[in-house]
Amino acid sequence: MKKPRIIAFDELKTDYKNPIDQCNTLNPTVEKLKKIKRVKIALKLVLPEYLIHAFFCVMFLCAAEWLTLGLNMPLLAYHIWRYMSRPVMSGPGLYDPTTIMNADILAYCQKEGWCKLAFYLLAFFYYLYGMIYVLVSS
Amino acid sequence: MSAPAGSPHPAAGARMPPKLGGAASGLAPPQQNGPAPSQMQVPSGYGLPHQNYMAPSGHYSQGPGKMTSLPLDNQCDNYYSRPYTVPTQNVGTPSSANQPGAQQMYGRGPPASHMGGSTPGSIQGALASASHPYTSASQPYSSFGNRYSSPATYSASSSASQGYPSTCSHYPVSTVSNVVYPNVSYPSLPASEPYGQMFTSQSAPSARPVNDSYSGPSTAVTYPSRPPPPPSQHHHQQQQSHSGYSSVPWSAPGLPPAQDNLIRNQMGSLAPANNRPSNNENVQPPKSSSIVSTVLPGPSSTRMPPAPSHPVGPLPSAPPTPEQMQTKGMQYGDYVNNQASSTPTPLSSASDDEEEEDEDEEAGVDSSSTTSSASPLPNSYDALEGGSYPDMHSSSASSPAPDRASEPNSTLAQALSAAPAPTAPHPTKVAKPFGYGYPTLQPAYQNAAPPPSSGGGHPSGPGYSGYPQHYPGVNQLSSGLGGLSLQSSPQPESLRPVNLTQEKNILPPTPIWAPIPNLSAELSKLNCSPDSFRCTLTNIPQTQALLNKAKLPLGLLLHPFRDLTQLPVITSNTIVRCRSCRTYINPFVSFIDQRRWKCNLCYRVNDVPEEFLYNPLTRSYGEPHKRPEVQNSTVEFIASSDYMLRPPQPAVYLFVLDVSHNAVEAGYLSVLCQSLLDNLDKLPGDSRTRIGFMTFDSTIHFYNLQEGLSQPQMLIVSDIDDVFLPTPDSLLVNLHESKELIKDLLNALPNMFINTRETHSALGPALQAAFKLMSPTGGRVSVFQTQLPSLGAGLLQSREDPNQRSSTKVVHHLGPATDFYKKLALDCSGQQTAVDLFLLSSQYSDLASLACMSKYSAGCIFYYPSFHSTHNPSQAEKLQKDLKRYLTRKIGFEAVMRIRCTKGLSMHTFHGNFFVRSTDLLSLANINPDAGFAVQLLIEESLTDTSLVCFQTALLYTSSKGERRIRVHTLCLPVVSSLADVYAGVDVQAAICLLANMAVDRSVSSSLSDARDALVNAVVDPLSAYSSVVSSVPRSTLTAPSSLKLLPLYVLALLKQKAFRTGTSTRLDDRVYAMCQMKSQPLVHLMKMIHPNLYRIDRLTDEGAIHVNDRVVPQPSLQKLSAEKLTREGAFLMDCGSVFYIWIGKGCDNNFIENVLGYPDFAAVPPKMTHLPELDTLSSERTRSFITWLRDNRPLSPVLHMVKDESPAKTEFFQHLIEDRTEAAFSYYEFLIHIQQQICK
Repeated sequence: MKKPRIIAFDELKTDYKNPIDQCNTLNPTVEKLKKIKRVKIALKLVLPEYLIHAFFCVMFLCAAEWLTLGLNMPLLAYHIWRYMSRPVMSGPGLYDPTTIMNADILAYCQKEGWCKLAFYLLAFFYYLYGMIYVLVSS
Repeated sequence: MSAPAGSPHPAAGARMPPKLGGAASGLAPPQQNGPAPSQMQVPSGYGLPHQNYMAPSGHYSQGPGKMTSLPLDNQCDNYYSRPYTVPTQNVGTPSSANQPGAQQMYGRGPPASHMGGSTPGSIQGALASASHPYTSASQPYSSFGNRYSSPATYSASSSASQGYPSTCSHYPVSTVSNVVYPNVSYPSLPASEPYGQMFTSQSAPSARPVNDSYSGPSTAVTYPSRPPPPPSQHHHQQQQSHSGYSSVPWSAPGLPPAQDNLIRNQMGSLAPANNRPSNNENVQPPKSSSIVSTVLPGPSSTRMPPAPSHPVGPLPSAPPTPEQMQTKGMQYGDYVNNQASSTPTPLSSASDDEEEEDEDEEAGVDSSSTTSSASPLPNSYDALEGGSYPDMHSSSASSPAPDRASEPNSTLAQALSAAPAPTAPHPTKVAKPFGYGYPTLQPAYQNAAPPPSSGGGHPSGPGYSGYPQHYPGVNQLSSGLGGLSLQSSPQPESLRPVNLTQEKNILPPTPIWAPIPNLSAELSKLNCSPDSFRCTLTNIPQTQALLNKAKLPLGLLLHPFRDLTQLPVITSNTIVRCRSCRTYINPFVSFIDQRRWKCNLCYRVNDVPEEFLYNPLTRSYGEPHKRPEVQNSTVEFIASSDYMLRPPQPAVYLFVLDVSHNAVEAGYLSVLCQSLLDNLDKLPGDSRTRIGFMTFDSTIHFYNLQEGLSQPQMLIVSDIDDVFLPTPDSLLVNLHESKELIKDLLNALPNMFINTRETHSALGPALQAAFKLMSPTGGRVSVFQTQLPSLGAGLLQSREDPNQRSSTKVVHHLGPATDFYKKLALDCSGQQTAVDLFLLSSQYSDLASLACMSKYSAGCIFYYPSFHSTHNPSQAEKLQKDLKRYLTRKIGFEAVMRIRCTKGLSMHTFHGNFFVRSTDLLSLANINPDAGFAVQLLIEESLTDTSLVCFQTALLYTSSKGERRIRVHTLCLPVVSSLADVYAGVDVQAAICLLANMAVDRSVSSSLSDARDALVNAVVDPLSAYSSVVSSVPRSTLTAPSSLKLLPLYVLALLKQKAFRTGTSTRLDDRVYAMCQMKSQPLVHLMKMIHPNLYRIDRLTDEGAIHVNDRVVPQPSLQKLSAEKLTREGAFLMDCGSVFYIWIGKGCDNNFIENVLGYPDFAAVPPKMTHLPELDTLSSERTRSFITWLRDNRPLSPVLHMVKDESPAKTEFFQHLIEDRTEAAFSYYEFLIHIQQQICK
């Protein structure tokens, strides 16, 4: 029942993830100005991503989808940890413009982006499977 | 003045309706509180906040120039009654008076509209005039000696001077001023023959003397200096005196030199002015904190925009020359308008300003851009521009010119050769290495390996450019340092295993020099001086795997803008750069044939431009390899308009001063004002230089210094939640035109707030205001702060727990508490504004947060703990000396620095004060000669196909003379494939400095204990790797290659630094400051801080002495930093970089005390002594010449502290004895044992 709805969201999320990933794939060789703009996008997108993911988790909770919820918990925990340990800043956001250009931080963010993209993709197909399964079996 | 004005009441003010521009508004409601009488107007705006404010009001009354307006009553009425209007709204109103607008434009850099305005016609005019000098100038080829050194400066200056006069003349005439900019037009630069802009011989001689007086012949050579002011200049001067100084006569008599005068004046003028206390309150309206003092009577008033208020300090009680003033008033209105409209345009593009701009990008700007640079007045700064600093021989070891000249090897010989006089014969010699045609030209890439002869035997290479007298010492040492002669001997000295635990005297007796890269003789001759550019490994490992095995940090230490005594300056139409990676042509490129060269960073083959084939030095054609760019690894280019996004900005200085009770109590204002007065004429800049002042406590005070006023006017903004500029234009004024007013203000400032009771500090809002003020131009903001900011945005809480100061556990709060200052710094950086912080505080001030304002805006930080001008005279002296250096040192504006390296290497992390705009581009709003940087490197691809790697730093900046310049350093290093060679090439000092930077980052991002562990590991890892891989020595002993033998000592020293120590009571601010210094100091200074030099000075002899400027300077040997060396019978000098300590033992020889210190015996020596008396004895002379010599080698003159044995001050001294054990830390020997245990684990 709930799965279809979830899927809609999930598609949104996956789409959504793309720009984020894009900002994270700031390749050092890419033109600099563009890069900076992307970082700015990244700054803006982080919070929505986290919120959407949290919302999904809540939905799974409501739907009593324990397995799915369990799969998502680690990422949720990671998001919370990540946001708690963000650099000091007054507004929302995760990345500090003064350090984002440090190669290791950049590399970390990039890696993080790819991993999450993979996770969201797999999750998407899993949700899709779940939805079809529900539709067929009902 | 108005005592009543005393405490500002923001609230009251807030309710008050409008103060601003009442005139325009027709409303004339009854005055509410305000100064009813017409004369009153002024007072209200004026002295509000401070009861005791004693601005010399008297002068005002006298000054005819005052802007009093007759119809004050009306205005006042308007004022208060009018609803407050936001200043911006006013912008819209058209200004009738062109004058002010024009002036403003001039100062700011032309706003876009003006650019448009600069019609081709005007440009042409300018060109025509400019072209004259060139045609004539180009002829004197014969005087080719000068050519290289001077041409750049010259061309610019000459063009400028030509164009300039006209500008100046126009300047006073405001309407014309628009035209001014275009006049000095770019086209003129390129038009001139690249090297042809020499001066005629006439000008040269006149210029020479200036240089000589400063830095000796060498400087003169490099910078032949500007030509004597052209006739037109006189014109300019006259004009100036006309307009600019018209006010002088008036103000002069009124100068309030003494406080008494001030007071009297105040009494006299103000009192009559009938300020009522109530007025004061009124004065501070919420938003329009400033009051308009001047109102124009009659019709003119209608035009005045309501917003701009001209708060006036003391107003002239009697308006003597109302008519003149009227126009003034009008102007103000205009100013507002202008500013508002002009502000956004010029800067917006600036942020994109990159080192390599696309031509298209700039095209629009170029047409109107100007190189107005050289100030028409030939002053000492001309010499400075070239990099030589008059007051000091360059801090590092660069040798005085004469010595250099005698050294054919010296890298910069070329520069000398260009010099007309003594060195002229050299050029041929110098050129030799490359003189044999092309085959020999490709040392780097064609010879797979450097010739075996290699650099080992060449201590005289560039690395040792230092005082030649050192060479003996160097020779002794050379074996011990660096991998000099790898190929020639099987077991190079630098690899000699040293048993650390057995070796008693690990520290060599002479100062340690940078190792010389193991390059062929020709290449090492050409290589960049280690003072500017050092790498932690002078032998670059071939692969990252090899580097990982060696466990050594790989990185660069840069001191790109240091003061140089010689610097080849190159002007040419085209700056030759690689087409794909944009590398500047440098000595390490290879010429494939006459027409092509191969980039040494990306290996692309480029064409040699036609122009480059001509060698101006030899006046021959077809020898591109003899061009100075290819003969010097440190060069400076005069950049063309392609390298700017807007016209070069003028030098703009803004001082933001804390005047709260705390600050007044500390008394720094008098020191600062005195230093400023003394150095006002030495501030780097040209005729466009602008300066401004702001003070703040719980409100923000601006000072109107517009020329023509008889007295500085103080404008108060009490609305700190929404700061605005009370009058947009006259707050930053031309230094030369308003000099008298500035001096008045500086004289008055220390006493103005003497009775203040305001304890709050609204630093954040003041900075916001400063940012607004500076954003149209960019420049330098100097902030003086004495306490925690307690009001408005950016307020901070005390975070330090004094009980935790000596905790061995976690140290908290090393990071900022708020990102307000960081954001502000980033904004400033975007507008090319740097914020320099002077923190003079006796209590905790959260430097960790405050420092962000400088860190990310490329500023610098000075910290004076427990500063008090009378109770702590040594700090006051230090402040005074630092200020002298700070105010007069060279400065570069709107700078960017890009570091490039050979393909395969990549930049990793940067350290220093800047904002990283992209992976290899540092944005530096200001660059100063005392800033150092560090970069960590990564080997991304294997370097097996090359034997050499190169690094190039390009620093693009606007000089204080308004020239765009690029300083390029290129360093070349060999690549090695064996671990032993990597170890042989370690530069310990560079490695330590890089480690210090990394440790600072680690302590902030992780924790202090993490950083300490990492430091220990930084010793353990390479030593264990060495013993397991390289040496065959038994593992039970702690052995290190000779090149690494100092590593444990230095790391121990780092661990005992204030920044990293634990267990010893360290104030948080001290710790943070030490960290800031580590990040931003250049290597030479940082090393002194980490590991001070200790000398015994009671037995100085002439043995091994060197001669500098006819003085004999004894060279005592270095002592290790241990109390065991301090004998009671001796006297010791410790050189900590910024401080000298002289420790006198109890049993010190009375002869020494008497002959050097001037006291009969030990007991008679006073506990606080900061100067050595000038005694006419041999030992005194020796001591003083030694100390003077040490001082001359560094920019900030250190303060001398005398420490008597058993005096309380000795803890300060003893904490630097890092080899000794303390309660909380290991002794050196214990540390070695500890390391050994770690290795054996």
